[in-house]
Amino acid sequence: MSTNLAAFFYLISSICFIMALRGLSSPDSARRGNLLGMVGMAIAIATTLAVPGVLSYGLIAIAVLIGGSIGTVIALRIQMTSLPQLLAAFHSLVGLAAVLVAAAAFYAPAAYGIGEPGSIKLASLIEMSVGTAIGAITFTGSIIAFLKLQGLVGGKPVVFPGQHFLNLALGLGLVALVAMFGLDQTVTQFWAIVVLALVIGALLIIPIGGADMPVVISMLNSYSGWAACGIGFTLANNALIITGALVGSSGAILSYVMCKAMNRSFFSVILGGFGGDDAVAAVDLGDRSVKQGSADDAAFMLKNASSCIIVPGYGMAVAQAQHALREMGDLLKREGVKVRYAVHPVAGRMPGHMNVLLAEANVSYDEVLELEEINRDFPATDIAFVIGANDVTNPAAKNDPTSPIYGMPVLDVEKAGTVLFIKRSLASGYAGIDNELFYHDNTMMLFDDAKAMCENIVKALE
Amino acid sequence: MDSAMLFRDVALHSVHAATSGAEGTPLVFFFTVFVLAVFVGYYVVWNVTSALHSPLMSVTNAISSVIIVGALIAAGPAELNLSKVLGFVAVMLASVNIFGGFILTHRMLQMFRRKK
Repeated sequence: MSTNLAAFFYLISSICFIMALRGLSSPDSARRGNLLGMVGMAIAIATTLAVPGVLSYGLIAIAVLIGGSIGTVIALRIQMTSLPQLLAAFHSLVGLAAVLVAAAAFYAPAAYGIGEPGSIKLASLIEMSVGTAIGAITFTGSIIAFLKLQGLVGGKPVVFPGQHFLNLALGLGLVALVAMFGLDQTVTQFWAIVVLALVIGALLIIPIGGADMPVVISMLNSYSGWAACGIGFTLANNALIITGALVGSSGAILSYVMCKAMNRSFFSVILGGFGGDDAVAAVDLGDRSVKQGSADDAAFMLKNASSCIIVPGYGMAVAQAQHALREMGDLLKREGVKVRYAVHPVAGRMPGHMNVLLAEANVSYDEVLELEEINRDFPATDIAFVIGANDVTNPAAKNDPTSPIYGMPVLDVEKAGTVLFIKRSLASGYAGIDNELFYHDNTMMLFDDAKAMCENIVKALE
Repeated sequence: MDSAMLFRDVALHSVHAATSGAEGTPLVFFFTVFVLAVFVGYYVVWNVTSALHSPLMSVTNAISSVIIVGALIAAGPAELNLSKVLGFVAVMLASVNIFGGFILTHRMLQMFRRKK
């Protein structure tokens, strides 16, 4: 296949990818979009296989077979609650693949038409090292994120004195190394870039606390795109450049949306330290009491309400309560209650996490509404049913300028007639802040595991 | 007449750039593609409904594995060397992502249905 013809097919593949993202503008067109993505990938792979110089089909088939079966099994088996850590793991693979491809190009530059070993063109060296560095940062960064999300290491931010200074120094060192590599192109310099970038990747993510995970995941998504882009420049391949840029900007937009939903600047997220122990101030419970209720009380109130807005959060995911919750919603609808779901953008550990879980439990997507769509409806609603959410309902974000979450857009659940709040105990939320909502007169606390409580309410309703 | 001359100058200049670019790395050309693609990405992604942000992330993860193109070129040559081994491993990793990413996205999207 000639270079021009190949470039033409790569263009078609890029267009397929653009249309794949375009499809996600509505759930109805999204499935077709995903198919187009697969077509685009098939075209890109087939085109590359037809390029002269790609000969060992047997070996490639083995690699695809091994990788493909692992990917297929994981994707089919994974629980939707574990989605965030799975995506972190997937991002790490893209990063590692980018490093390996850059290394391959460094050792055998002729195959990529960028010169001979020891005399690779300067521009290619820079592109290669940028791709490698971003790939390596994505790799270790994603692994740390995976470990935190999977609970293998604590979600608490790891902070130490001089941390930002160290990161800055390492970053500058990396730039210097890239410059040196551009001049001398030695093997040692190449691997030094890799090692340094691996260290930076880990150091970048360890100070970021669990509450900021939706941003981290989006950020790593973005990085994996930029890494692909960097490799695309090295290979002079438009499909890689275009796709990398699409993914990179997609991840960046998601990071922005998540930051905005938490009223945090991207910079303060990166600097980290949010959601640690020190945020948990001693709460004076002296004159404050909470109203407590049972599943029967809750069922009675829900049955007699005319409208109810359910506010799910990460606690629902942890307790796997989405199915029991949907069952409860169905029973209430049969009783003539208007049931809707309100999803805060940062509920859960990744963008859109709650929507997927509710969809998994067979909740119709037109009953699931976003913050801006539903917030004005709370005053006219009888019951707000908060399950596993906490910080995203905290009125302190609106009326306590000293609160760490002040200014964050929250769901106005306290404006509903009654707030039913499922919680295991009075412990603070992920951001480590006490929620005054618990002590409101119109709040009834339901102390139990989210799933157990929903099942008990279902029993009481039947 | 001035504009006609200017046009001719520009045309000559670009022909010159194109022919010399065939030898060097036409970095500016690829950079142009890159910047345009960022803009396309920006406008397309803002249109994605926030309910589908998780599938968006998993499908972007799948398509970023188009990096397999580079891995295939490395794994392609007949003779065995370090570069080929690296390419082989990279093909494997990218395949995990391609299959995993698209299947996962499909699984998620199957759940997003409007029920009656």
